[in-house]
Amino acid sequence: MALQIPCSFCGLRPVDEFFYGEVPEVPDTITDPDARDVDRVFMKSNRNAPTPEAWFHVFGCRRWTYVTRDRSDDSWL
Amino acid sequence: MNDFVERQVTLRWAELESSYDVVIIGGGGHGLSIAYWLAREHGIANVAVIERGYIGGGNSGRNTTVIRANYGIPEAIRFYQRSLELYQRLEDDSGRWIMHQEKGLIWTVHSEGTVRGEKKRAVMNTAAGAETVFLEAAEVKKLVPELDLSVGRSGYPILGASYHLRGATARHDRVVWLLAEGAMDAGVHVIPRTTVTGITTAGGRVTGVDTDRGHVSTGTVVSAVGGHVTQIADMVGVRLPIRSHPLQAYVTNHYAQGFPMIVGSVDFPFYVSQTPRGEMLMGAEYERAPSYSYGSTFEFLQSCSAKAVAMLPFMADLRILRQWAGVCDISPDASPIMGRTPVDGFLVTTGWGTWGFKAIPVGGEQMAALIAGGETPELIAPFSYDRFANDRIMADAGSAGTH
Repeated sequence: MALQIPCSFCGLRPVDEFFYGEVPEVPDTITDPDARDVDRVFMKSNRNAPTPEAWFHVFGCRRWTYVTRDRSDDSWL
Repeated sequence: MNDFVERQVTLRWAELESSYDVVIIGGGGHGLSIAYWLAREHGIANVAVIERGYIGGGNSGRNTTVIRANYGIPEAIRFYQRSLELYQRLEDDSGRWIMHQEKGLIWTVHSEGTVRGEKKRAVMNTAAGAETVFLEAAEVKKLVPELDLSVGRSGYPILGASYHLRGATARHDRVVWLLAEGAMDAGVHVIPRTTVTGITTAGGRVTGVDTDRGHVSTGTVVSAVGGHVTQIADMVGVRLPIRSHPLQAYVTNHYAQGFPMIVGSVDFPFYVSQTPRGEMLMGAEYERAPSYSYGSTFEFLQSCSAKAVAMLPFMADLRILRQWAGVCDISPDASPIMGRTPVDGFLVTTGWGTWGFKAIPVGGEQMAALIAGGETPELIAPFSYDRFANDRIMADAGSAGTH
């Protein structure tokens, strides 16, 4: 995966410059507040499909970029 | 399976039947190991192992074959030490050759912080049963004369290393074939080229699995899937704390036999060992971006080779033969997840990340004991699914050498 992240401020940059940030997706079917907390912290949708992601450009502009990537083939949407 | 494999082992394939006591999804090391121990230790042989591709074609055939027990928390050390001991006995118990070679493993350290960390871990590992000692740099050089103690011009010389005496390697395909043969001999049905498309439940209990070869009814479904476990758990609505990350590895051409041990570095994450064919086999960290892609990259070869050549200058003259990738299940605490789930009759063995191969025998033995006896064995109780909700995290990141 020669991944390059499309930073909103710097353009395409190598993945090594970024810190991966999760965008938690808690399903609506989980209603108990404690269970929602556990899900938000630990559980992953881990889809083999397009997924919203947050990347922090730590060795760069130090700002967050929000992108959608298809995790089956690493293409940007 | 090709003619070569058929000559090594006697694999008796069966047709999928309509009902089993236990259905195991995933015909890799862990799935076959559960079947092996279920049939041989517990007399439960009415078992099907359903594999989407061919047996051992996933992470069981993509790993770097290292067997060791030097981990970071006592529960994990005891668990992997048991696996290491089972691997030592596997050839005698089965009469099959898995090319098990006990060669020892060193992890070099290049900074004050990691020196302290590895000294502490050596004591903890030895106390928990996995014999490990801390060596000064001169002793490391005696064990592996090929090492450049100054690590090129990196400015991070080797200050010492933790030496795990019982570290070993084994041929990963042969481990898979041995377990498949042993399970088949005892009556287990191993069904390759069959995809599980759904898991049926009634009243919160598993009743069977749907496959592209028809429905199979069963009361117990075990997911021993590597990489795509989330998609299996989704079939019963179980949320898993698993993220899939690719991990790459590669081998060089042949080097004179005799590179003595498995060498890794804590500060420059990478590790190398020599295969029985003489190839130098290398791996490093998993990819930071979660993905299901099996793509290999030049960037990985570049970064891993730079570390390898700085530590072991002779490697500069070698050529790269093959590279490949696997998709690993990474849990938040870098420990496996084994046992029951909120859905009655649906069990998982997952979170094997980059450390699944070394746990194949113990993972199978313990999961089989859980399925047969109904009680969670003490050795795997700390690794239960509900530990996340119960605030009992088994934080062991960094012990895999691939973080």
